[in-house]
Amino acid sequence: MAKNLTTILILTGLILLLVAATEVIGVRLFDRIALNLCIALVLVIGLQVFMGNSGILSFAHIGFMGVGAYTSAVLTIPVQMKGMSLPDLYPIVAGVQLSPYIGILLGGLAAAAVAAVVSYPLMRLSDAAAVITSFALLVVLYTIMTHWSVVTNGPRTLFGLPKATTLPLAAGAAILAVIAAVAFKESRAGLLLRTSRDDEVAAGAMGVHIPRLRWQAFILSALFAGIGGALWGHFITSFSPKAFFLKETFVILSMLVIGGANTVTGAVFGAFIVTAVFESLRATEAAINQAQIFTEQVVGLTEIVLAIAMIAVLALRPGGIFATHEIGALLNRRARRKQERSP
Amino acid sequence: MTTFLQFLIDVLSLGGAYALMALGLVIVYGILRLVNFAYGELIMVAGYSMYLISGSGLPWLAMAAVAVVMSVAAGIATDYVAFRPVRAKSVTAVLITSFAFSALLQNAALLFISPRPRNVPLPEVFSETVEIAGVITPARNLITIAAALILLALFSWLMRRTVIGIAMRAAATNFTMARMLGVPANLIISTAFAISGLLAGVVAMLWIGRIGAVVPGVGLEPLLIAFIATVIGGMRSLQGAVLGGFLLAFIDTTLNFTLPQDLLKFRDAFTFSLVILILLWRPEGLVKGPASGQRT
Repeated sequence: MAKNLTTILILTGLILLLVAATEVIGVRLFDRIALNLCIALVLVIGLQVFMGNSGILSFAHIGFMGVGAYTSAVLTIPVQMKGMSLPDLYPIVAGVQLSPYIGILLGGLAAAAVAAVVSYPLMRLSDAAAVITSFALLVVLYTIMTHWSVVTNGPRTLFGLPKATTLPLAAGAAILAVIAAVAFKESRAGLLLRTSRDDEVAAGAMGVHIPRLRWQAFILSALFAGIGGALWGHFITSFSPKAFFLKETFVILSMLVIGGANTVTGAVFGAFIVTAVFESLRATEAAINQAQIFTEQVVGLTEIVLAIAMIAVLALRPGGIFATHEIGALLNRRARRKQERSP
Repeated sequence: MTTFLQFLIDVLSLGGAYALMALGLVIVYGILRLVNFAYGELIMVAGYSMYLISGSGLPWLAMAAVAVVMSVAAGIATDYVAFRPVRAKSVTAVLITSFAFSALLQNAALLFISPRPRNVPLPEVFSETVEIAGVITPARNLITIAAALILLALFSWLMRRTVIGIAMRAAATNFTMARMLGVPANLIISTAFAISGLLAGVVAMLWIGRIGAVVPGVGLEPLLIAFIATVIGGMRSLQGAVLGGFLLAFIDTTLNFTLPQDLLKFRDAFTFSLVILILLWRPEGLVKGPASGQRT
């Protein structure tokens, strides 16, 4: 038990350190990066809850992020703004204007509810069939977001969300996500699910109800995705469905893969590392564009480096940086060894 | 009668293109049991090759041949970069590397060429129309049907009559056993990727011929179509992929002819929901492939 506590404490400490450092430095650019990082943490840890414990790659995650963002948007955009940003909205919700904090929570719950309804039958599938269906689910969600103009303003940008996400709020959500993910991983359900990840047949033979466990993990995962999406929505205040498709999926997935999908520690460290690399590359890109060295704008450099990093990590260290053990377990073991050596 | 003929030509030409797309995906999946997310980018590579050599003054057919060779090369590169280093590891690892490779190629196109559409040279025939029994149809529809028929015939001859084809089918059935009997694994896999690239190259000519321009994201739609078609037809069966391609074209064309305009924009959501339902009902697809052994 102590090792789990150590893990939670270290990861929480890391997030708090980030917040403290940003507050001390006080540069607005870093504020934005730290906030984005905290939101990414919520999303990556959410994905880890499903992918790490069940061993199934899911592409649908970012779709649920969109569900959360749009739900919160519809419920919190001020009534007089709705006339402009969503003129055709259904009358039932047109008069609703909730506090953004309730909106964020409801966004998460809506994503979890959608996941609960659509995903149960999908959880029977494994391997490639599971991946393709999750990809199909992402496309279905994206198509609906793009074309359900009444609620989402179609492919155009939806604007008018109240700005509510602050760094402490996002960091708080990230810390809650860490605690929930570690708790789920070490719970009975998480342990059984990890058994099924390592050997599906043996786990099934021992009476593990695999689809139901995967389903539970998927709902929890979608809850975090929804909350992350809503937090992001109240930070960016205007967005279009394009934000919830393959590009974002790629970034979140690369964070998880580079850090190590099987551990919460991996998810957290992956988010930190990838954000650091991503932001510095993006700054480089911007600097190159500013200096006008090339006639055309430089775009895509960041993604190329990320893609190469992902392939390299998978080829050299297929489990990611933290492949099997949480940081707490690693430290505990080291401490014990030291004790044994010096009696 | 003319409506029917129109419908038939539409289904056959669309289905021919879809079947080729699906076949290119399933030939890799059948042997390796791995989904190649970078498949759409092979089509993109062929398109950009056309754009890059369009100023060379070569006849169109020669340019098309160069483009197809480039997409074959890109297919083999997929094998070396994304699959070979992680092939023996988990299924998830390979899915992610192919996804990463796809992002790599797309962003390379963004970085080195342009995010904006680039025009691709087209032969005169592509923009002409012909009239058959009172139906006016673009000539490229007929070219698509012809190309699909020729390639499908060639492909089935290759798989049935040549040593490499038989070895590939053996590897698809039981990879370990085929290796024990002396089938070189790396050669088979590279060949599968090369064929995948060849099909993608031809599809690119037909597909981009409809639009006349190429953008970095051009491969997404063919990839999605290939996914649906293989899932409908049967993930492990080559005949199934072809069947799935034509079936999907039939569904799409029927929806085009019957759905009202404001529902038509949700067509993708409909077809993908259909995929999910079919996978639930028959996880193997409509046509069952050979009983599978473990991949290595």
